[in-house]
Amino acid sequence: MAKLIVYYAHPGHQFSQVNRAMAKVVAGLERITFVDLYAEYPRFEIDVGLEQARLLDHDVVLLQFPMFWYSTPSLIKEWQDLVLEHGFAYGSGGDRLEGKHMQLAISAAGPEDAYTCNGYQNYPLRTFLTPLEQTARLCKMEFVAPYVLYGSLHAPANGLLEAHLSGYRRLVEALRDDRYDIGAALELDTVNPDNLPILDGGAA
Amino acid sequence: MNEFLLLAFLFLIAGVISVPVASKLGLGSVLGYLLAGIALSPLLAELDVDVVSIQHFAEFGVVMMLFLVGLELEPKMLWQMRSKLLGLGGLQVGITTLAIAAIAMAFGHPWSIALAIGMIFALSSTAIVLQTLNEKGLMKSDGGQSSFSVLLFQDIAVIPMLAFLPLLAVPELVDTLPVEAAGHGGAKSSDGGHGLELSFVDGLNAWQRGLVTLGAIAFVFAAGTFLTRPVFRYIAIARLRELFTAFALLLVVGIALLMIVVGLSPALGAFLAGVVLANSEYRHELESDVAPFKGLLLGLFFITVGAAIDFGLLFGSLGAIVGMTLGLMLLKAGVLFGLSYLFEIRGGDRWLFTLSLAQAGEFGFVLLSFTVANGVIPPGLSDQLLLVVALSMLLTPLLFIVYDKLIAPRYAGAQAREPDEIDERGSVIVAGHGRFGGIVNRILLSAGYKTVVLDHQSEQLEMVRAFGVKAFFGDATRPDLLHAAGIEDASMLVIAIDDREQATELVRYVTEHYPDVYIVVRARDRHHVYELWGAGARDIIREGFDGAVRAGRSALEALGVHPYAAERKVRGFVENDRAQLRELADLFDPDIPIQENKPYVEKAREFIDRAEEVMTGRSKDFSSRADRGWVPPSLEDVDAEVEASDAARRS
Repeated sequence: MAKLIVYYAHPGHQFSQVNRAMAKVVAGLERITFVDLYAEYPRFEIDVGLEQARLLDHDVVLLQFPMFWYSTPSLIKEWQDLVLEHGFAYGSGGDRLEGKHMQLAISAAGPEDAYTCNGYQNYPLRTFLTPLEQTARLCKMEFVAPYVLYGSLHAPANGLLEAHLSGYRRLVEALRDDRYDIGAALELDTVNPDNLPILDGGAA
Repeated sequence: MNEFLLLAFLFLIAGVISVPVASKLGLGSVLGYLLAGIALSPLLAELDVDVVSIQHFAEFGVVMMLFLVGLELEPKMLWQMRSKLLGLGGLQVGITTLAIAAIAMAFGHPWSIALAIGMIFALSSTAIVLQTLNEKGLMKSDGGQSSFSVLLFQDIAVIPMLAFLPLLAVPELVDTLPVEAAGHGGAKSSDGGHGLELSFVDGLNAWQRGLVTLGAIAFVFAAGTFLTRPVFRYIAIARLRELFTAFALLLVVGIALLMIVVGLSPALGAFLAGVVLANSEYRHELESDVAPFKGLLLGLFFITVGAAIDFGLLFGSLGAIVGMTLGLMLLKAGVLFGLSYLFEIRGGDRWLFTLSLAQAGEFGFVLLSFTVANGVIPPGLSDQLLLVVALSMLLTPLLFIVYDKLIAPRYAGAQAREPDEIDERGSVIVAGHGRFGGIVNRILLSAGYKTVVLDHQSEQLEMVRAFGVKAFFGDATRPDLLHAAGIEDASMLVIAIDDREQATELVRYVTEHYPDVYIVVRARDRHHVYELWGAGARDIIREGFDGAVRAGRSALEALGVHPYAAERKVRGFVENDRAQLRELADLFDPDIPIQENKPYVEKAREFIDRAEEVMTGRSKDFSSRADRGWVPPSLEDVDAEVEASDAARRS
């Protein structure tokens, strides 16, 4: 049984369709910790001590957010800047997060084919995520393949949202219950409801 | 009574006319007063006025000045000055006395008279020098501090001189003295010239005398430390401004009397009392109460010095007297210049020290009449010496001008360590230390800024002083108290006093006289904001506003609004409210009642209509701007964007 913490960050919570629904799914699950970062720190006064204690207390850190300008919402950056301290998360003596896993669950407005060398975004999605990937590496954490929804603004209308939500639920439960094949996930680029490497009977 | 009014009128009008002219010409106030005195002298002679007795009275200004100097000087600083005080002061008095005595003997005077002249001329003018140094802001410079040390030592040295001089009496002179004058002289011209025979230590032997002296000083320390606070609180009950002034005067006069009674210098006693009170919260209050009296008395003193110059005698032996004066000043300057090497006073400070103390001083008048009365110096010689003292004092302002114009500019670049000394006063003045000002002060202190707190409630002050806050008693709306608290050197004034009209007046006064001082002011309500804006304040904080905004946000959160959405909503509200307030403040005119101010009413009407739309949910006015960034574009827009981007790539 792994201990899992979900950090959800969306500054426009009330305007969101995908992320709000995703947050609702995982917030109701048992034996996971759910944190709405923008609700907890509406004025960006992050409680560093509390956040570090939370990290120490969990094995998997899941960051759920919409991609804004090829990056995270600003509060996640603030959280990184303050919580991942030298001597705690990295640098001399900074090995407290060693061996933990970082899982992302993100939504992107652009279609999947835009995130290719030939698409209008010019780069694969993973390229835009390299800052987070390297952050995990510097903190001696494992960066597991991100759970991605492309074309997120269309998803509610074309019926993809339902599958995405149930996939999200299966991912989180599998991570929690040690049924997620981390080894396989590390090999993958990104994961979605159809290619989740869940062990024995992970289907919902 | 009429005679008194006439005299007062003459002295005042002479001062009022001549001092501004002298200041304008860059001569300084002292020379202005001296010249006024010279101009007045024929008139005073015509009226048969006893200038010398007025001078004795006016000398009390020196006592007050030393009290004020003491207030500026904390005991710690006095202790740091000890080597300068004793070494520099002692050597200056000793060497100058001996050198002058030697020259006087060379001119054929007997040794006793020569020694008396040496002592008299060794002293410099505390009144002129300190007044000028303060006026020019040179008190804190190295040269100023050294000069002050020497002057303080001289003030102390007068007491043993008064005891020693009668021993130099020449028997033939004593015989010629009228009996009455001989018996009277000692007391009449005791230091400070207060013409009182109160001393009860005469009948005591040496150790009893010492005991009484120590007791008196101990009393000044104990009373200053333990009695001022309850007395001030008692006085505050009456809530009368003039009572504070009365008490401040009472304090100085009382100490002077006590010192005379035990045979000490009143100036020294007042100085000690000042030092004892330098750490007290009433320091600035005392300072601003005593300062005007000091200024007037010193002005009167300088006028009498000018008026007492006997021009008949001067022109009778012009060459001799001018020669003596110049010789004296040259000699004194030479000794000072030499000492400045020994005590490592450098650069422009060396010249300031040398030039400022080269004159004889007001104690010279006192000692001269004392020596005549005791048969030490013959009256004819004394009259000449008196002229030398007066003339050297008259020339001193000119030496300061020489320093200002010729010497200071040369060293202007070298004064590198000046700036950090300005910090001695608080860089932020907090007026009012209640619930509001107290918080501001704590924040400033915690960020490492120096503050000076002014409040007129003594209970409040005692409480905050217990926590080590630099707090002073006084009404911040009084310009003199602001001055005493250092508004000239302050970079900021925080106004948190309760009375709204006074706060507005304070803003008006400070923006007009000290435009460089940044003002942060608390407003009681919306209309007060307009008044403060009109008075020139630009950083205005409504006292209840932030609290109300936070309460509104709390309510929204409790009602289930996402905390970050609630935060943005109130941010929008605040921004909108501030913009409206500013627009209305520009239209507000304190001279027109609001309901008659047409543009104001129209604008307010417009804002009210808009607020109505917001409140009834028909407009999202103040929340939309902050939200816009998070509202996703429509699907059509998204598709069009993808299309356009792809098309751009293909082409």
